[in-house]
Amino acid sequence: MFGKLLSTLLISFHLFAILCVSFSEENPTDRRVLVLLEDFAIKSSHSLFFKSLETRGFDLDFKLADDPKLALQRYGKYLYDAVILFSPTIDRFGGSIDAASLLEFVDSGHDLILAADASASELIREIAVECGVDFDEDPAALVIDHMSYAVSETEEDHTLIASDDFIQSEVILGSTKIEAPVLFKGIGHSINPANNLVLTVLSASPAAYSANPKSKLSNPPTLTGSAISLVSIVQARNNARILISGSLSMFSNRFFRSGVQKAGTTSKHEKCGNEQFLTELSKWVFHESGHLKAVNVKHHKVGEKDEPSMYRIKDDLDYSVEVYEWSGTSWEPYLADDLQVQFYMMSPYVLKTLSTDQKGLYYTSFKVPDVYGVFQFKVEYQRLGYTSLSLSKQIPVRPFRHNEYERFIPAAYPYYGASFSMMSGFFIFTMVYLYTK
Amino acid sequence: MEKSPADLLASPGLSSLLKSLKLKTKQQELLIRVSILCLVYVLAFIARLFSVLRYESMIHEFDPYFNYRVTQFLTKKGFYEFWNWFDSESWYPLGRIIGGTLYPGLMVTAALIYWTLRFLRFAVHIREVCVLTAPFFAANTTLVAYFFGKELWDSGAGLVAAALIAICPGYISRSVAGSYDNEGVAIFALLLTFYLFVKAVNTGSLAWALASAFGYFYMVSAWGGYVFIINLIPLYVLVLLVTGRYSMRLYVAYNCMYVLGMLLAMQIRFVGFQHVQSGEHMAAMGVFFLMQVFYFLDWVKYLLNDPKKFHTFLRITVTSAVGLGVISLGVGTASGYISPWTGRFYSLLDPTYAKDNIPIIASVSEHQPTAWSSFMFDFHILLLLFPAGLYFCFKRLSDATIFIVMYGLTSMYFAGVMVRLILVATPAVCLISAIAVSATIKNLTQLVRAKSKPAPMGKGTTSTKASSKGTLDQSMPFQRNGAVALLLGAFYLLSRYAIHCTWVTSEAYSSPSIVLAARGAHGNRVIFDDYREAYFWLRQNTPQDAKVMSWWDYGYQITAMGNRTVIVDNNTWNNTHIATVGRAMSSYEDEAYEIMRSLDVNYVLVVFGGVTGYSSDDINKSSLVTYYAFLWMVRIGGGVFPIIKEPDYLVNGEYRVDKGAAPKMLNCLMYKLSYYRFGELTTEYGKPPGYDRARGVEIGNKDIKLEHLEEAFTTSNWIAQLFAAVVLSLSLSGN
Repeated sequence: MFGKLLSTLLISFHLFAILCVSFSEENPTDRRVLVLLEDFAIKSSHSLFFKSLETRGFDLDFKLADDPKLALQRYGKYLYDAVILFSPTIDRFGGSIDAASLLEFVDSGHDLILAADASASELIREIAVECGVDFDEDPAALVIDHMSYAVSETEEDHTLIASDDFIQSEVILGSTKIEAPVLFKGIGHSINPANNLVLTVLSASPAAYSANPKSKLSNPPTLTGSAISLVSIVQARNNARILISGSLSMFSNRFFRSGVQKAGTTSKHEKCGNEQFLTELSKWVFHESGHLKAVNVKHHKVGEKDEPSMYRIKDDLDYSVEVYEWSGTSWEPYLADDLQVQFYMMSPYVLKTLSTDQKGLYYTSFKVPDVYGVFQFKVEYQRLGYTSLSLSKQIPVRPFRHNEYERFIPAAYPYYGASFSMMSGFFIFTMVYLYTK
Repeated sequence: MEKSPADLLASPGLSSLLKSLKLKTKQQELLIRVSILCLVYVLAFIARLFSVLRYESMIHEFDPYFNYRVTQFLTKKGFYEFWNWFDSESWYPLGRIIGGTLYPGLMVTAALIYWTLRFLRFAVHIREVCVLTAPFFAANTTLVAYFFGKELWDSGAGLVAAALIAICPGYISRSVAGSYDNEGVAIFALLLTFYLFVKAVNTGSLAWALASAFGYFYMVSAWGGYVFIINLIPLYVLVLLVTGRYSMRLYVAYNCMYVLGMLLAMQIRFVGFQHVQSGEHMAAMGVFFLMQVFYFLDWVKYLLNDPKKFHTFLRITVTSAVGLGVISLGVGTASGYISPWTGRFYSLLDPTYAKDNIPIIASVSEHQPTAWSSFMFDFHILLLLFPAGLYFCFKRLSDATIFIVMYGLTSMYFAGVMVRLILVATPAVCLISAIAVSATIKNLTQLVRAKSKPAPMGKGTTSTKASSKGTLDQSMPFQRNGAVALLLGAFYLLSRYAIHCTWVTSEAYSSPSIVLAARGAHGNRVIFDDYREAYFWLRQNTPQDAKVMSWWDYGYQITAMGNRTVIVDNNTWNNTHIATVGRAMSSYEDEAYEIMRSLDVNYVLVVFGGVTGYSSDDINKSSLVTYYAFLWMVRIGGGVFPIIKEPDYLVNGEYRVDKGAAPKMLNCLMYKLSYYRFGELTTEYGKPPGYDRARGVEIGNKDIKLEHLEEAFTTSNWIAQLFAAVVLSLSLSGN
């Protein structure tokens, strides 16, 4: 009796687990986040940022970065959906985590927030380089800006920068414009030009440069001007998202709460843009915004319902796909007028813009080209801030069957006439030749 | 094994036994003839079963796998589906219209046999039918050879020809059980067409000519070698015309055969309008018109009855006819209506052509010029009997013997140009040799019998000449002893031939080449079944729509056994596509990865013999005998994409894989895949790790790291290695 109860319980537990999994598949937003801290003081000094995450439903797991029991996965399954690295000077992670395992974590589609700072460790730099971001090689270097620094009583060396050079994207930074500049104090980085997955979301002003503020400049700085990125994001090919910031302090409560006045301007903001900026960015990184999904890819001949296993050349077909955008809580129809479908075999033979019914359904119809082969319906949709849609569906196209050609061609009537007159002529000739003497 | 009629007639035991049965001589002879034919028929069949006994009932080599797959489709889906089959699994992404790009004769034949057996309630599997089709048709060929020999010379020659062709290695090489290839039925069809045509010329009968047209139709439906027929027969007719042997019989035979044969051949989709549009078929058409001119001239000559007038007329007609022909050919070629000769045809006429111009043809070992040794290997004593047979043919010249002489000489030339065409020459060589054997033995036995029985044998019309010669020479001393000695010598030679043929069949031609056998250290047989291991792995472990890239040799096998889509296969119809694969194999890994991505490749299959010492693998150096050679990939790839240059892979013109190899060689995809993790392996005792047994060197690049590919499966003897292309490899790195 007891055993039965237990097994029922177990089964229901399994069912629950399965339900949870299926739910999370439908829901692209991350749930479980591992936060690696240098020391637990950061937990309180950056509590505003963490609180905003927790209120949005994230399950934060705070660990010391050198905790010997650290592990990203157990029994081959990842324990977390995302990692926040707030440990800029760590040389070695504890447990089984290292740079390679973190990159593998990202490679398998998980997200990462990485905050470096001045004197960032080799390990952090290595991870950043793999993501296409090169921090300034001088460990003591900070971004200095004598033009657009934040006016402050304590800082005199102009390393506290107020930047408002944002990326122009509502998807990444939210629909409300960030009015106040963002405070930044930390190391600058440049973007590897060979890597086209990295984007700068916050860049320094043209007058900025990266150098050690305490020593005198002997050589011209290597990183100057708006080529310095302060905060960058990466969206990998598998839609894993990474946020890399050169400053840990910009996440701190102190910065969140402080007001800002950019040097040379008179407008003084009560509150700097850090909270809004980083909250929106974290929404983006954790897939609360800018996540698209395409479902119900359908194609069939015009006038038919079922998907054929093969088309014939010159068939007319209908193609439709539904595209939805994740709003953080539910899937909303995605609205755009630039979604295109290709009918592709080594190169696109048909390229058509899809019409939409404004409810998420995109559709079009076209004629199969007069070429046989194995084609693909391809939708390649990459827009700034959105996850990339890459759909391909393979479908062979066959030539006409032997009995699908026209039976009688008007142009051939002379030939039909010729052969039949020949036949009858031969018949008459035979008759005449054989039976007249 | 070797049974000639004279042999049996001479043996006293058998003839006395026959006498006791009290049959008339003619009946006795018929009985002997039929029983010999039956024995030869059975012999031809069972001699080809070595492969089934040694291995198992399986399909051999490369092309037969395609034929087998198509036959399966045909028996499952029926003829119309087969006719219209668009195969999306080969030549990805181009696909292949199977129905329109093959010679359906073989498959339809096998399917008919299968359906017949099924109808008779024999529950056979289609594979068994396919495996045994070639031996069955080889046995049928012996019958045709008998009738052909009879038509050419006499029934004795026919019997010898049947016996010779039954075990001739040149033919067995393409017709052992499991060698389910077009040639298996095509040689039967070829010989049948020739026989029927010769019969038609001899009799002048419309019925035989019609039959030969149908024989030709079957040949066209079975094999591309039909071009040989459609060129040899006009050539033969031309020779007859030139030598003044024009006759009404020839006119009837050729016109009927050509016109009907052409119309029938057009029904094969793959051939289509080639008979009127391609340069290779123009000779037949030219001779056809010439024939009409001849007929017309004959008629005019008959009407005019004046040699002088006729001579003038002849000159005008011939000049204008030839001129007209040349002009129409020129206009047709210039306007593109008549297609020029294809590369294969050119390479037959000029053996060096393919080597310089079409690497893809030259890369196939079957297309290499024949070595003397393989003539000896495939023909043995026939090589010596062939000239003797020619002598006999010239001695008794007739329309029929002229034909066989021409067939023999032309096909011998082609056999010298291409190894695989030994097959075409084999029937001619057997027939001509049979004439030699039969004529010699008949003369000798008559000499032997002349003393004991002075009266000439009242057997056949053909022997009178020989026997009269026998009596003439009676003045010579020791004639009888000499004849006996010569007879014994002839039998010794023939028995050597039989022994040689059996040995060759069992040792050389019965290997399926998909399963490899080697001798172990203790003389035991070691079987390497790696190919099938890899293909079955593909079948079981990869997604249904996975695409596999390999060199084209393995394409048919992958689709047939692995049931997966391939990029290129043995039907080498698109050189650019093959060159793309060749380029990928000979590029650096990242360039290759780009190409593979553009072709949606999921898996790469590489054949490697470094562990087992199997030398015909993918990385092998290109020599004349092996054809999976890596340098051909470079050459073919470089032929289309000049970025690939052969000298980059060579050091001072030398092909090496060891430390001294060219840097591009050491880092190209094929090298990396072949030798991946090979540096860790000790293959032979006393040699350093990474010792390549096939090439006998220590490899030059032992530390191979793959960026975009990962090892998916390696068979137990490393012969087939599969690599999976990582689709989203390095999702973080740029470009």
